[in-house]
Amino acid sequence: MLRLDADNPRLRMTVRYLVLTLIALMFVTPLVFMMMSSLKPDQQLLADTSSMRAFLPVGDISFDNYKAAFERAPIGLFMLNSLFVTGITVALGLFVCSMAGFSFVFLNWRGKSIAFSIILATLIVPFETIAIPMLLMVSKLPWLGLDGFSWGWLNSYRVQIVPFVADGLTIFLFAQYFKDLPKELIEAARVEGCSWWQVYWRVVMPLSGPILATAAILKFLAMYNQYLWPIMVTQQEQYRPVLVGLQYFFQLNTAWGEVMAYLTIITLPVLVFYLALQRAFIASIASTGVKG
Amino acid sequence: MKITKKLTFGILSAAALGVCASSAYAKTDLSLWYHGAGNGVEAKIINQIVSDFNNSQDDWNVSLESFPQGSYNDSVTAAALANNLPDILDVDGPVMPNWAWAGYLQPLMLDEAMLTDFLPGVKGYWDGQLYSVGLWDAAVAMVTRRSTLDDIGARVPTLEAPWSAQEFNDILAKLKATGKYDYPLDLGMAWKGEWFPYAFSPFLQSFGGDLVDRSTYATAEGKLNGDAAIAFGEWWQGLFSQGYAPGNSQDPADRDTGLLEGKYAMQWNGNWAALNTLNKFGDDTLFLPAPDFGNGSTIGAASWQFGVSAASKHPQGASAFIEFALQDKYLAAFSDGIGVIPAKYSAAALTENYKEGGAMAVFYELSKAQALVRPVTPGYIVEAKVFEKALADIADGADVADTLDSAVDEIDSDIQKNRRYGH
Repeated sequence: MLRLDADNPRLRMTVRYLVLTLIALMFVTPLVFMMMSSLKPDQQLLADTSSMRAFLPVGDISFDNYKAAFERAPIGLFMLNSLFVTGITVALGLFVCSMAGFSFVFLNWRGKSIAFSIILATLIVPFETIAIPMLLMVSKLPWLGLDGFSWGWLNSYRVQIVPFVADGLTIFLFAQYFKDLPKELIEAARVEGCSWWQVYWRVVMPLSGPILATAAILKFLAMYNQYLWPIMVTQQEQYRPVLVGLQYFFQLNTAWGEVMAYLTIITLPVLVFYLALQRAFIASIASTGVKG
Repeated sequence: MKITKKLTFGILSAAALGVCASSAYAKTDLSLWYHGAGNGVEAKIINQIVSDFNNSQDDWNVSLESFPQGSYNDSVTAAALANNLPDILDVDGPVMPNWAWAGYLQPLMLDEAMLTDFLPGVKGYWDGQLYSVGLWDAAVAMVTRRSTLDDIGARVPTLEAPWSAQEFNDILAKLKATGKYDYPLDLGMAWKGEWFPYAFSPFLQSFGGDLVDRSTYATAEGKLNGDAAIAFGEWWQGLFSQGYAPGNSQDPADRDTGLLEGKYAMQWNGNWAALNTLNKFGDDTLFLPAPDFGNGSTIGAASWQFGVSAASKHPQGASAFIEFALQDKYLAAFSDGIGVIPAKYSAAALTENYKEGGAMAVFYELSKAQALVRPVTPGYIVEAKVFEKALADIADGADVADTLDSAVDEIDSDIQKNRRYGH
């Protein structure tokens, strides 16, 4: 018989799994609801919301909502735009921010502390407060492209990428991580004759898998979820990302099944990206947790 | 020599023809922004208008860029800041005065005589000048079933004799007493944003109040917190405290299907949702005018309209496009396509639903007889948000007088900050 005391390992395990299952359900149920709803006609979808049927593939199930969603909006174009903008920004961002973090931790230069403080201070400035000055700035910037010299970056990919390559949070994460790397390793590399670039590229970066994964996931989410900025700077459909595309589905009589189908489609890259990097991500979070 | 002369003449002739040909096809480009991205039917019609216009003359070539409605206003505002507005843009009627005041729009170069038989709500005037004109309007009505009213012995109201306040309240009480419905009345509280001022400010106006004093547009004092407004607020609160209508937490799904499923006996809803009800209840469906709470029965007016941006260097061409779009066949096409009310009677006669005897013709009559545009002031966009919050708070049980006083303070403060918006 199961003893009801705290020393009973089986009971503790049961309670632990129960709590973890409940927490997991809290996160999984919205996704299940979204996916199941994407397979149902609107009338059934709305009727099912008041029962457990909302989480089950029951009733009139089909992929009609997906077909209709592709007819309503150029989903492929929006996905490509988002993945391109996000991919390039994450790749460039990891490179630039890791170099900045490296510089703050390992190099000695005048004004380093003040510069780092200023970068940290940007963490408390909401994007909305600088959106308009940024808009005015990018609308007047010069550009030399394949078709010659031009003014203004509106309606382009670069206007969605360049302003977000470097950010305070990613630089801070890299700097914090680099601080905990063994100093002896860096000194040994220098004594062996490595240049600072070689230390960065051949010694530090190979040891930075967890923080690269963490920063990549955080930056991926921030970029993939961009909404306000693209609305302000892309007036042409050919440059719009997925979240602006979501607005195509909210009409006077909203087709909720299509909304759910679209959300399911645009959620997939996020899930795939997270699943691919989750081991390193968890390792990074865990190592952060045991510090100090 | 002869050959050389002939060759020279030939080359010159060809060059001259080339110049003539190129000047004949040198159309001036005009850009058009439209809010209908994602609506296939709307896209087809607007593309047809653009194509017809471009083929109809040799001076202008309009190119269309569609935006999703939910983010359209933000895109236009950002473009205005970045000096990147198109030549022609569409604008929601109540927002037009703000855009005109902010310098986004310029007056239309249209002969206003051509608009005499248009519905009042589709003409966008600001500061005495015509800034925008719509191809359609929208209207709301009290939607119910004849059998529902027969069941409680209630009369069917008409435009000439709408329900009085007492009559309407009695009907709500009787419907609740039947026990057949979750709620007697669905106001659409699940819909947030512009629905609140559009759909509910006519009730306030029927009580004798308003969002702002329209004689000066300098204050909301006395209009939004006077005796009439407080009477409206108490009636409004009573709808929820007495269980006559679902409140702020209404499930959006119930808003869409509650009347059809019999959860609600009546629904305050727009012409855009009318076809679903007609399809379900057929001849039993009734679209009724708003109750008269003492100062007449009114409904909101003004939907999307076309205007010319202040940045346009070709206002003649932009206005020519708008004039072209105002043809009856396009007004009727939009009506048949997306269910909106055609801007004038001759176009309504071409439509399936709004022609005389059509299933939704009553909405045209409602718009014609009862439409009252929302306050024509740049400050409306703030007043609308303040009004929405006040109504939501009162529905949740907030003190009516205090809430309306706070709303007046907020609106007056905004008007003062903006130097009375040029009124």
